[in-house]
Amino acid sequence: MPKVKIPRKSTNVDMTAMCDVAFLLLTFFILATKQKPPEVLAVTPPSSVSSKAAPDKSILVTMTADGKVFLTLGDETKKNAVIDDFNKTKALGLTGAELAKLKKSEFIGLPANKLKSAMASNLVIAPTAMDGIPTDSTNNELSDWIRSVTNAYAGEDQKALEKMLLVKGDNAALYPIFKQVKQAFKKNQIFKFRIVTNSEDIPQGSELAKQPAN
Amino acid sequence: MAEMDTSSGGGHKKGPGVKKSKKLSTRVDLTPMVDLGFLLITFFVFTTTMSQATAMNMNEPKDDDIENQKKVKESGAMTILLGRGNQVYYYYGELHADKISEEFKSTNFKEIRKLILGKKQSTPIDDLMYIIKSDSASTFKNSIDILDEMSINAVPPGHYAEVDITETDRLLIQKTEEANGIK
Repeated sequence: MPKVKIPRKSTNVDMTAMCDVAFLLLTFFILATKQKPPEVLAVTPPSSVSSKAAPDKSILVTMTADGKVFLTLGDETKKNAVIDDFNKTKALGLTGAELAKLKKSEFIGLPANKLKSAMASNLVIAPTAMDGIPTDSTNNELSDWIRSVTNAYAGEDQKALEKMLLVKGDNAALYPIFKQVKQAFKKNQIFKFRIVTNSEDIPQGSELAKQPAN
Repeated sequence: MAEMDTSSGGGHKKGPGVKKSKKLSTRVDLTPMVDLGFLLITFFVFTTTMSQATAMNMNEPKDDDIENQKKVKESGAMTILLGRGNQVYYYYGELHADKISEEFKSTNFKEIRKLILGKKQSTPIDDLMYIIKSDSASTFKNSIDILDEMSINAVPPGHYAEVDITETDRLLIQKTEEANGIK
Protein backbone atom coordinates (compact mmCIF):
# COMPACT_ATOMS: atom_id res chain seq x y z
CA MET A 1 0.00 0.00 0.00
CA PRO A 2 1.48 3.27 -1.00
CA LYS A 3 1.99 5.74 1.70
CA VAL A 4 -0.32 8.70 1.59
CA LYS A 5 1.61 11.78 2.33
CA ILE A 6 -0.20 14.26 4.44
CA PRO A 7 1.39 17.65 4.15
CA ARG A 8 2.27 18.95 7.52
CA LYS A 9 1.05 22.42 8.12
CA SER A 10 2.46 24.67 10.76
CA THR A 11 0.22 25.28 13.73
CA ASN A 12 1.57 28.79 14.13
CA VAL A 13 -1.07 31.39 13.61
CA ASP A 14 -0.29 34.93 12.77
CA MET A 15 -0.89 36.82 15.99
CA THR A 16 -0.41 40.32 14.65
CA ALA A 17 -4.09 40.96 14.05
CA MET A 18 -5.10 39.68 17.45
CA CYS A 19 -2.42 41.76 19.08
CA ASP A 20 -3.71 44.81 17.27
CA VAL A 21 -7.23 44.17 18.52
CA ALA A 22 -6.08 43.64 22.09
CA PHE A 23 -4.17 46.87 22.24
CA LEU A 24 -6.87 48.79 20.43
CA LEU A 25 -9.36 47.68 23.08
CA LEU A 26 -6.90 48.48 25.81
CA THR A 27 -6.37 51.99 24.48
CA PHE A 28 -10.11 52.46 24.13
CA PHE A 29 -10.82 51.45 27.71
CA ILE A 30 -8.07 53.58 29.15
CA LEU A 31 -9.20 56.65 27.24
CA ALA A 32 -12.91 56.04 27.77
CA THR A 33 -12.75 55.72 31.55
CA LYS A 34 -12.96 58.90 33.48
CA GLN A 35 -10.21 59.42 35.95
CA LYS A 36 -11.60 59.93 39.40
CA PRO A 37 -10.17 63.05 40.97
CA PRO A 38 -8.19 62.29 44.11
CA GLU A 39 -10.47 62.62 47.09
CA VAL A 40 -9.48 65.30 49.50
CA LEU A 41 -12.04 64.27 52.06
CA ALA A 42 -12.12 60.58 52.81
CA VAL A 43 -15.77 59.59 52.67
CA THR A 44 -17.06 56.05 52.22
CA PRO A 45 -20.67 56.25 51.12
CA PRO A 46 -23.14 53.48 52.00
CA SER A 47 -24.36 51.12 49.32
CA SER A 48 -27.81 50.87 47.82
CA VAL A 49 -29.55 48.92 45.09
CA SER A 50 -30.26 52.10 43.16
CA SER A 51 -28.78 51.94 39.70
CA LYS A 52 -29.10 55.56 38.65
CA ALA A 53 -25.77 57.16 37.99
CA ALA A 54 -24.87 60.23 39.99
CA PRO A 55 -24.84 63.42 37.90
CA ASP A 56 -21.49 64.95 36.98
CA LYS A 57 -22.43 68.51 37.77
CA SER A 58 -23.72 68.79 41.28
CA ILE A 59 -24.28 70.85 44.35
CA LEU A 60 -22.82 68.43 46.81
CA VAL A 61 -23.16 68.36 50.57
CA THR A 62 -20.54 66.12 52.14
CA MET A 63 -20.79 64.71 55.64
CA THR A 64 -17.59 63.27 57.05
CA ALA A 65 -17.29 60.58 59.67
CA ASP A 66 -16.37 63.13 62.34
CA GLY A 67 -19.51 65.13 61.72
CA LYS A 68 -18.26 68.00 59.60
CA VAL A 69 -20.35 69.29 56.74
CA PHE A 70 -18.89 70.66 53.52
CA LEU A 71 -20.44 72.20 50.47
CA THR A 72 -19.13 71.77 46.93
CA LEU A 73 -20.54 73.95 44.19
CA GLY A 74 -19.84 71.86 41.14
CA ASP A 75 -21.69 74.01 38.62
CA GLU A 76 -19.15 76.60 37.48
CA THR A 77 -21.76 78.77 35.75
CA LYS A 78 -23.55 79.54 39.00
CA LYS A 79 -20.77 79.17 41.54
CA ASN A 80 -19.98 82.88 41.53
CA ALA A 81 -23.62 83.85 41.87
CA VAL A 82 -24.08 81.61 44.90
CA ILE A 83 -20.99 82.91 46.68
CA ASP A 84 -21.83 86.54 45.90
CA ASP A 85 -25.34 86.02 47.21
CA PHE A 86 -24.06 84.44 50.43
CA ASN A 87 -21.60 87.28 50.89
CA LYS A 88 -24.40 89.79 50.47
CA THR A 89 -27.11 88.16 52.59
CA LYS A 90 -24.79 87.33 55.46
CA ALA A 91 -23.06 90.74 55.20
CA LEU A 92 -19.62 89.17 55.29
CA GLY A 93 -17.98 92.11 53.53
CA LEU A 94 -15.56 90.01 51.52
CA THR A 95 -13.42 92.00 49.11
CA GLY A 96 -12.81 91.09 45.48
CA ALA A 97 -9.61 89.16 46.15
CA GLU A 98 -11.14 87.31 49.08
CA LEU A 99 -14.17 86.37 47.02
CA ALA A 100 -11.91 85.13 44.25
CA LYS A 101 -10.06 82.93 46.71
CA LEU A 102 -13.30 81.48 48.04
CA LYS A 103 -14.53 80.80 44.54
CA LYS A 104 -11.37 78.89 43.78
CA SER A 105 -11.65 76.51 46.71
CA GLU A 106 -13.36 73.24 45.96
CA PHE A 107 -14.79 72.67 49.40
CA ILE A 108 -16.58 75.31 51.40
CA GLY A 109 -16.26 74.28 54.99
CA LEU A 110 -15.86 77.26 57.24
CA PRO A 111 -18.32 79.01 59.52
CA ALA A 112 -19.37 82.43 58.22
CA ASN A 113 -17.57 84.26 61.02
CA LYS A 114 -14.26 82.65 60.10
CA LEU A 115 -14.57 83.05 56.35
CA LYS A 116 -13.29 86.63 56.19
CA SER A 117 -10.11 86.05 58.16
CA ALA A 118 -9.35 82.78 56.41
CA MET A 119 -9.79 84.29 52.98
CA ALA A 120 -7.76 87.38 53.88
CA SER A 121 -4.72 85.37 54.90
CA ASN A 122 -2.33 83.96 52.35
CA LEU A 123 -2.47 80.47 53.78
CA VAL A 124 -4.61 77.88 52.08
CA ILE A 125 -6.48 75.74 54.57
CA ALA A 126 -6.81 72.08 53.65
CA PRO A 127 -10.42 70.83 53.83
CA THR A 128 -9.46 68.34 56.52
CA ALA A 129 -8.35 71.22 58.75
CA MET A 130 -11.59 73.15 58.29
CA ASP A 131 -14.31 73.24 60.93
CA GLY A 132 -17.14 72.41 58.57
CA ILE A 133 -20.27 74.45 58.01
CA PRO A 134 -22.28 74.70 61.24
CA THR A 135 -25.60 72.88 61.05
CA ASP A 136 -26.91 73.24 64.61
CA SER A 137 -30.57 73.99 64.89
CA THR A 138 -29.76 77.39 66.36
CA ASN A 139 -27.16 78.32 63.78
CA ASN A 140 -27.84 76.32 60.65
CA GLU A 141 -25.50 78.04 58.22
CA LEU A 142 -25.89 75.25 55.72
CA SER A 143 -29.47 76.40 55.38
CA ASP A 144 -28.17 79.90 54.55
CA TRP A 145 -25.91 78.42 51.92
CA ILE A 146 -28.76 76.43 50.42
CA ARG A 147 -30.83 79.61 50.36
CA SER A 148 -28.10 81.32 48.37
CA VAL A 149 -28.09 78.32 46.05
CA THR A 150 -31.85 78.51 45.51
CA ASN A 151 -31.57 82.26 44.94
CA ALA A 152 -28.97 81.69 42.24
CA TYR A 153 -31.10 79.06 40.56
CA ALA A 154 -34.37 80.96 40.80
CA GLY A 155 -36.85 80.76 37.97
CA GLU A 156 -36.23 78.45 35.09
CA ASP A 157 -33.08 76.92 36.50
CA GLN A 158 -35.02 75.39 39.36
CA LYS A 159 -35.67 72.18 37.47
CA ALA A 160 -31.95 71.87 36.78
CA LEU A 161 -31.17 72.41 40.44
CA GLU A 162 -33.43 69.56 41.49
CA LYS A 163 -31.28 67.12 39.58
CA MET A 164 -28.06 68.54 40.95
CA LEU A 165 -28.58 68.41 44.69
CA LEU A 166 -26.55 65.59 46.15
CA VAL A 167 -25.83 64.48 49.66
CA LYS A 168 -22.82 62.31 50.27
CA GLY A 169 -22.15 60.96 53.68
CA ASP A 170 -19.71 58.67 55.38
CA ASN A 171 -21.01 55.37 56.72
CA ALA A 172 -20.03 56.37 60.22
CA ALA A 173 -21.60 59.83 60.20
CA LEU A 174 -24.19 60.01 62.94
CA TYR A 175 -27.87 60.40 62.18
CA PRO A 176 -28.37 63.85 63.81
CA ILE A 177 -26.02 65.44 61.27
CA PHE A 178 -27.99 63.90 58.43
CA LYS A 179 -31.16 65.19 60.03
CA GLN A 180 -29.75 68.71 60.22
CA VAL A 181 -28.75 68.54 56.57
CA LYS A 182 -32.28 67.44 55.66
CA GLN A 183 -33.58 70.27 57.80
CA ALA A 184 -31.43 72.75 55.89
CA PHE A 185 -32.98 71.58 52.63
CA LYS A 186 -36.49 71.59 54.02
CA LYS A 187 -36.18 75.14 55.31
CA ASN A 188 -35.59 76.19 51.73
CA GLN A 189 -38.59 74.27 50.43
CA ILE A 190 -36.44 71.58 48.91
CA PHE A 191 -37.96 68.18 49.44
CA LYS A 192 -36.21 66.21 46.77
CA PHE A 193 -32.55 65.45 46.63
CA ARG A 194 -30.32 62.49 45.97
CA ILE A 195 -27.93 60.50 48.05
CA VAL A 196 -24.63 59.32 46.69
CA THR A 197 -24.24 55.60 47.21
CA ASN A 198 -22.12 52.76 45.96
CA SER A 199 -24.06 50.46 43.73
CA GLU A 200 -24.94 47.07 45.08
CA ASP A 201 -26.55 44.08 43.39
CA ILE A 202 -30.21 43.44 43.99
CA PRO A 203 -30.41 40.40 46.28
CA GLN A 204 -31.60 37.22 44.59
CA GLY A 205 -35.16 36.26 45.33
CA SER A 206 -36.12 39.59 46.83
CA GLU A 207 -39.35 41.37 45.94
CA LEU A 208 -37.45 43.91 43.89
CA ALA A 209 -35.72 41.21 41.86
CA LYS A 210 -39.09 39.66 41.04
CA GLN A 211 -40.44 42.91 39.66
CA PRO A 212 -40.10 43.46 35.93
CA ALA A 213 -37.17 45.73 35.17
CA ASN A 214 -38.24 49.26 34.49
CA MET B 1 6.94 29.99 22.66
CA ALA B 2 9.37 32.69 21.79
CA GLU B 3 11.11 30.89 18.97
CA MET B 4 11.72 32.65 15.73
CA ASP B 5 9.61 31.36 12.96
CA THR B 6 11.92 30.22 10.26
CA SER B 7 9.85 27.50 8.72
CA SER B 8 7.91 29.62 6.33
CA GLY B 9 10.96 31.04 4.70
CA GLY B 10 11.47 28.13 2.32
CA GLY B 11 11.18 29.37 -1.22
CA HIS B 12 12.61 27.49 -4.21
CA LYS B 13 13.91 24.07 -3.72
CA LYS B 14 17.47 23.67 -4.56
CA GLY B 15 19.21 20.44 -5.01
CA PRO B 16 21.26 18.83 -2.32
CA GLY B 17 24.65 20.26 -1.91
CA VAL B 18 23.70 23.67 -3.08
CA LYS B 19 24.44 26.02 -0.28
CA LYS B 20 21.71 28.46 0.42
CA SER B 21 22.29 31.65 2.28
CA LYS B 22 20.38 31.61 5.51
CA LYS B 23 17.66 34.18 5.60
CA LEU B 24 16.19 34.80 8.99
CA SER B 25 12.53 35.63 9.02
CA THR B 26 11.53 38.88 10.62
CA ARG B 27 8.34 37.43 12.02
CA VAL B 28 8.06 37.39 15.76
CA ASP B 29 5.70 35.28 17.76
CA LEU B 30 3.16 37.73 19.11
CA THR B 31 1.30 35.36 21.41
CA PRO B 32 2.81 36.71 24.67
CA MET B 33 2.06 40.25 23.57
CA VAL B 34 -1.58 39.35 22.93
CA ASP B 35 -1.69 37.68 26.34
CA LEU B 36 -0.36 40.81 27.95
CA GLY B 37 -2.83 43.00 26.07
CA PHE B 38 -5.85 41.02 27.15
CA LEU B 39 -4.56 40.75 30.68
CA LEU B 40 -4.38 44.54 30.90
CA ILE B 41 -7.84 44.91 29.37
CA THR B 42 -9.28 42.52 31.93
CA PHE B 43 -7.54 44.39 34.70
CA PHE B 44 -8.85 47.78 33.61
CA VAL B 45 -12.38 46.56 33.01
CA PHE B 46 -12.58 45.00 36.45
CA THR B 47 -11.07 47.88 38.37
CA THR B 48 -13.18 50.59 36.74
CA THR B 49 -16.66 49.12 37.08
CA MET B 50 -16.19 48.48 40.78
CA SER B 51 -16.14 52.08 41.92
CA GLN B 52 -19.18 53.53 40.27
CA ALA B 53 -21.15 55.98 42.34
CA THR B 54 -24.89 55.89 42.05
CA ALA B 55 -27.52 58.20 43.40
CA MET B 56 -30.56 57.29 45.41
CA ASN B 57 -33.64 59.45 45.27
CA MET B 58 -34.85 60.92 48.50
CA ASN B 59 -38.23 62.53 48.94
CA GLU B 60 -38.94 64.35 52.12
CA PRO B 61 -42.46 65.08 53.31
CA LYS B 62 -43.51 68.66 53.81
CA ASP B 63 -43.65 69.45 57.47
CA ASP B 64 -46.42 71.99 57.48
CA ASP B 65 -49.32 70.17 55.89
CA ILE B 66 -50.53 68.19 58.85
CA GLU B 67 -53.92 67.80 57.19
CA ASN B 68 -52.34 65.72 54.50
CA GLN B 69 -50.71 63.40 56.97
CA LYS B 70 -52.29 60.03 56.70
CA LYS B 71 -53.82 58.45 59.70
CA VAL B 72 -52.20 55.08 60.09
CA LYS B 73 -54.20 52.03 61.00
CA GLU B 74 -52.75 50.31 63.99
CA SER B 75 -53.12 46.89 62.40
CA GLY B 76 -51.06 47.91 59.38
CA ALA B 77 -48.26 49.78 61.09
CA MET B 78 -44.80 48.54 61.82
CA THR B 79 -42.40 50.79 63.61
CA ILE B 80 -38.72 50.25 62.94
CA LEU B 81 -36.24 51.89 65.26
CA LEU B 82 -32.56 52.28 64.49
CA GLY B 83 -30.24 52.20 67.43
CA ARG B 84 -26.60 52.19 68.38
CA GLY B 85 -24.22 49.61 66.97
CA ASN B 86 -26.32 48.71 63.88
CA GLN B 87 -29.10 47.37 66.08
CA VAL B 88 -32.67 47.44 64.85
CA TYR B 89 -35.75 47.39 67.06
CA TYR B 90 -39.31 47.00 65.93
CA TYR B 91 -42.89 46.68 67.05
CA TYR B 92 -46.23 46.28 65.35
CA GLY B 93 -49.01 48.77 65.84
CA GLU B 94 -48.83 50.55 69.14
CA LEU B 95 -47.06 49.55 72.30
CA HIS B 96 -49.20 48.61 75.29
CA ALA B 97 -47.76 49.55 78.64
CA ASP B 98 -48.32 46.13 80.19
CA LYS B 99 -46.88 44.11 77.31
CA ILE B 100 -43.88 46.16 76.27
CA SER B 101 -41.33 43.42 76.81
CA GLU B 102 -43.23 41.15 74.43
CA GLU B 103 -44.00 43.75 71.82
CA PHE B 104 -40.75 45.65 71.66
CA LYS B 105 -38.35 43.34 69.88
CA SER B 106 -34.77 43.74 68.79
CA THR B 107 -33.24 42.40 65.62
CA ASN B 108 -30.52 43.31 63.13
CA PHE B 109 -30.17 44.35 59.52
CA LYS B 110 -29.94 40.77 58.30
CA GLU B 111 -33.25 39.74 59.78
CA ILE B 112 -35.21 42.92 59.16
CA ARG B 113 -35.68 42.14 55.49
CA LYS B 114 -37.72 39.03 56.29
CA LEU B 115 -39.74 40.92 58.89
CA ILE B 116 -40.53 43.75 56.48
CA LEU B 117 -41.54 41.23 53.85
CA GLY B 118 -43.63 39.25 56.32
CA LYS B 119 -45.52 42.36 57.34
CA LYS B 120 -46.02 43.33 53.72
CA GLN B 121 -47.48 39.96 52.85
CA SER B 122 -49.77 39.73 55.84
CA THR B 123 -51.24 43.22 55.53
CA PRO B 124 -53.60 44.66 52.91
CA ILE B 125 -51.57 47.12 50.89
CA ASP B 126 -53.81 50.08 51.71
CA ASP B 127 -53.23 49.69 55.44
CA LEU B 128 -49.51 49.04 55.22
CA MET B 129 -47.24 51.62 56.81
CA TYR B 130 -43.67 51.40 58.00
CA ILE B 131 -42.62 54.06 60.44
CA ILE B 132 -38.87 54.56 60.65
CA LYS B 133 -37.39 56.29 63.65
CA SER B 134 -33.69 56.84 64.11
CA ASP B 135 -31.98 57.21 67.43
CA SER B 136 -29.28 59.86 67.65
CA ALA B 137 -26.65 57.14 68.06
CA SER B 138 -27.54 55.45 64.77
CA THR B 139 -25.46 56.23 61.72
CA PHE B 140 -26.08 57.64 58.28
CA LYS B 141 -25.43 54.17 56.90
CA ASN B 142 -28.28 52.80 58.99
CA SER B 143 -30.78 55.32 57.64
CA ILE B 144 -29.76 54.60 54.06
CA ASP B 145 -29.73 50.86 54.63
CA ILE B 146 -33.26 50.81 55.97
CA LEU B 147 -34.52 52.90 53.04
CA ASP B 148 -32.69 50.48 50.80
CA GLU B 149 -34.44 47.58 52.50
CA MET B 150 -37.72 49.27 51.62
CA SER B 151 -36.80 49.34 47.95
CA ILE B 152 -35.44 45.78 48.10
CA ASN B 153 -38.79 44.63 49.46
CA ALA B 154 -40.55 46.78 46.86
CA VAL B 155 -42.55 48.69 49.43
CA PRO B 156 -44.37 51.30 47.37
CA PRO B 157 -43.44 54.92 48.12
CA GLY B 158 -45.85 56.54 50.52
CA HIS B 159 -46.04 53.39 52.62
CA TYR B 160 -42.98 54.22 54.66
CA ALA B 161 -41.97 57.40 56.39
CA GLU B 162 -39.23 58.70 58.55
CA VAL B 163 -40.50 60.20 61.75
CA ASP B 164 -38.75 61.89 64.64
CA ILE B 165 -38.14 59.57 67.54
CA THR B 166 -40.35 59.97 70.59
CA GLU B 167 -39.11 60.11 74.12
CA THR B 168 -40.74 56.77 75.02
CA ASP B 169 -39.09 55.02 72.10
CA ARG B 170 -35.75 56.56 72.98
CA LEU B 171 -35.98 55.35 76.55
CA LEU B 172 -36.99 51.88 75.44
CA ILE B 173 -33.98 51.66 73.16
CA GLN B 174 -31.76 52.89 75.94
CA LYS B 175 -33.11 50.27 78.32
CA THR B 176 -32.73 47.46 75.81
CA GLU B 177 -29.22 48.58 74.96
CA GLU B 178 -28.29 48.55 78.60
CA ALA B 179 -29.78 45.10 79.04
CA ASN B 180 -27.96 43.76 75.98
CA GLY B 181 -24.74 45.55 76.81
CA ILE B 182 -24.49 47.52 73.57
CA LYS B 183 -22.28 50.55 73.75
